[in-house]
Amino acid sequence: MEILVCVKRVPDTAENEIEVNRDGSDIERDDLVYSVNEWDNYAVEEAILIRDKVGGSVTVITVGDDESEEVLRREMAMGADNGLLLCDDAFEGSDGKGVASLLKAAVDKGKYDLILTGAQADGGAAQVGGMLAAMLDYPYASLVNKIEVDGDTLKVGREIEGGNQEMNAIQLPCVLSIQTGINEPRYVGIRGIRKVASVEIPQQGAADLGVDAASVGADGARVKRLDYFVPEMGEGAEMLEGSTEEIVAKLIELLKAKGGLK
Amino acid sequence: MADIYAYITHTAGVADDSALELVAAAKKIDANAAVTAIVIGSGADVDKVADAVAASYAKVLKFNLDALAYPNAEVVRKLLVNVLSADAIVLVSNDTFGMDLGPGLSIKLDSTFVADVVGIEGVDGTALKVIRQEYSGMVSTHVTADITNGAVINLRPGAFAPDESQSAGGSVEDRSGDAGDLTVKRTFLEVVEAEVGDVDITKSDVLVSVGRGIEDEENIEVAQELADAMGAVVSCSRPIVDAKWLEKSRQVGTSGQTVKPKVYLACGISGSFQHMGGIKGAPFIVAINKNVKAPIFQVADVGIEADILDFLPELTDAIKES
Ligand SMILES: Cc1cc2nc3c(=O)[nH]c(=O)nc-3n(C[C@@H](O)[C@H](O)[C@H](O)COP(=O)(O)OP(=O)(O)OC[C@H]3O[C@@H](n4cnc5c(N)ncnc54)[C@H](O)[C@@H]3O)c2cc1C
Ligand SMILES: Cc1cc2nc3c(=O)[nH]c(=O)nc-3n(C[C@H](O)[C@H](O)[C@H](O)COP(=O)(O)OP(=O)(O)OC[C@H]3O[C@@H](n4cnc5c(N)ncnc54)[C@H](O)[C@@H]3O)c2cc1C
Repeated sequence: MEILVCVKRVPDTAENEIEVNRDGSDIERDDLVYSVNEWDNYAVEEAILIRDKVGGSVTVITVGDDESEEVLRREMAMGADNGLLLCDDAFEGSDGKGVASLLKAAVDKGKYDLILTGAQADGGAAQVGGMLAAMLDYPYASLVNKIEVDGDTLKVGREIEGGNQEMNAIQLPCVLSIQTGINEPRYVGIRGIRKVASVEIPQQGAADLGVDAASVGADGARVKRLDYFVPEMGEGAEMLEGSTEEIVAKLIELLKAKGGLK
Repeated sequence: MADIYAYITHTAGVADDSALELVAAAKKIDANAAVTAIVIGSGADVDKVADAVAASYAKVLKFNLDALAYPNAEVVRKLLVNVLSADAIVLVSNDTFGMDLGPGLSIKLDSTFVADVVGIEGVDGTALKVIRQEYSGMVSTHVTADITNGAVINLRPGAFAPDESQSAGGSVEDRSGDAGDLTVKRTFLEVVEAEVGDVDITKSDVLVSVGRGIEDEENIEVAQELADAMGAVVSCSRPIVDAKWLEKSRQVGTSGQTVKPKVYLACGISGSFQHMGGIKGAPFIVAINKNVKAPIFQVADVGIEADILDFLPELTDAIKES
């Protein structure tokens, strides 16, 4: 099975405090630590597991800038066979549809049976997978937490409300968005990264993909982000201050009053 | 202004709470909108839901067909493309069904997709201005969407106060005959219920809930010791279950358990809406987090800025002594 996995380079929220910059035009990007979108690691792991079972290859792809190469390399260190970087000044400021249409152009140039995305990325939009499927006219299932290969059909579980699992049969080729917890993504050590450090990763721009530069990027975006801000949220929590002993004493009193302690 | 439609999700003959939220959101797009509800399914349940939502919607389009017995998003998308007017504005609840449906629908309708909206500021010409969140709610953004060719707007469940006025007095139209070709390449098989664990967190009045801030599997014990001292039960956020540190039945949230405790101690939990969506009944929420800007502090009653690995043992000791 030829599998394509879409991955995105995102600020690592476990490593950074995300703050709005001074004029509210962006988040504060100085000193940000980036990594692969959490969901995408699960997607790549799942692709590797499927390939190891039924044969084929895993290609990881991203729409990004030069620095996005590092996330492709990381996923190749996990075990993906190929990387592909879609990179062009014209792609900057694309909305979700722009990103999906670039991925579609790359899919049209290759031959893939299965395309995986993460369920969502840092923007919390959960949009690219479903858009890509519709553009390709492939069937789609989101929030997938189980995949069984059965000839040219997959049996997939979708995680729905309450943690219940909706089982579906879906025909290949198809697009699936992967939910966390579907597997346990393997650890990537320094050794693994070193092994792929000098692998050449091909880059494609608007001309290579045959996409009209005006249809993507900021010009093509029908959805535009105006600013970033932190909303005023009513009163918020009453913050307990003082030494640890004082805070602990206050908290115990409160817990007793609210029925949290017998 | 283009026609506004709302997709109604329902189970066992009852419309989801989002039905009243979507109509409230529609009024924020156009105060005078005559909003059309779309109710899809099969059997008497669909009739019941259609009749019920007619109180809140000017018009209800009903599709009652055997082929829609368990309508997966692939089927619904096809049906909607067949029946919606050009430039339609379609409101969808951003639940697991809406996430399956919305993005692809916008492509098929050649309209604009607006994801996970938490606020609507209004329309200026062809630009709809909304509020979204990014980075798990740590920051918000104003976003404009060009709705010249219509839009599919996914609205966060619970973000819009429901319109309870029930004053629309709408009519129900059975449009089943217009559904068109509904063959798709994905078929529903069954729903597998979530596993039941050995501890039922939904029965506990006091929960000590741990999130990614617990950092290591071994540290779960720190929370367990506190819970033992308090007579509480340990629950958790999703990453703890993904890491297999605790079983799925301990997870609080939209894709886990819905809990109604009296007291909820959120330890090293950022407060994502999917997590908070599982906490009902307005408990007394105490948040302990080392990042004073964590969104959990906006919804908690009491906050403590601290490292849980230091703070929880101190609290446990003090409780044991008292
Ligand atoms: C400088 C800058 C300006 C921007 N301006 C705008 C703007 O004006 N309007 C706007 O709407 N958005 C804007 N964006 C955000 C936009 O480009 C998002 O990257 C895009 O919407 C897709 O990401 P998402 O988080 O929405 O993806 P989601 O749909 O949440 O991600 C789901 C999955 O899709 C795949 N995926 C997502 N992005 C990529 C990618 N880049 N490459 C490969 N796979 C991917 C991954 O598998 C991911 O797990 C801007 C971003 C930047 C950095
Ligand atoms: C469809 C869908 C369904 C989902 N369903 C659920 C669900 O049911 N339940 C759920 O929980 N999530 C769910 N999620 C995931 C959700 O979006 C968040 O990713 C998740 O809730 C984050 O968990 P967290 O708060 O533990 O981790 P994070 O967001 O990583 O937060 C960790 C917090 O711990 C703090 N911290 C770190 N170290 C320490 C320390 N030593 N001491 C004190 N504080 C510390 C950090 O400041 C941070 O605020 C779902 C996601 C999707 C897409």
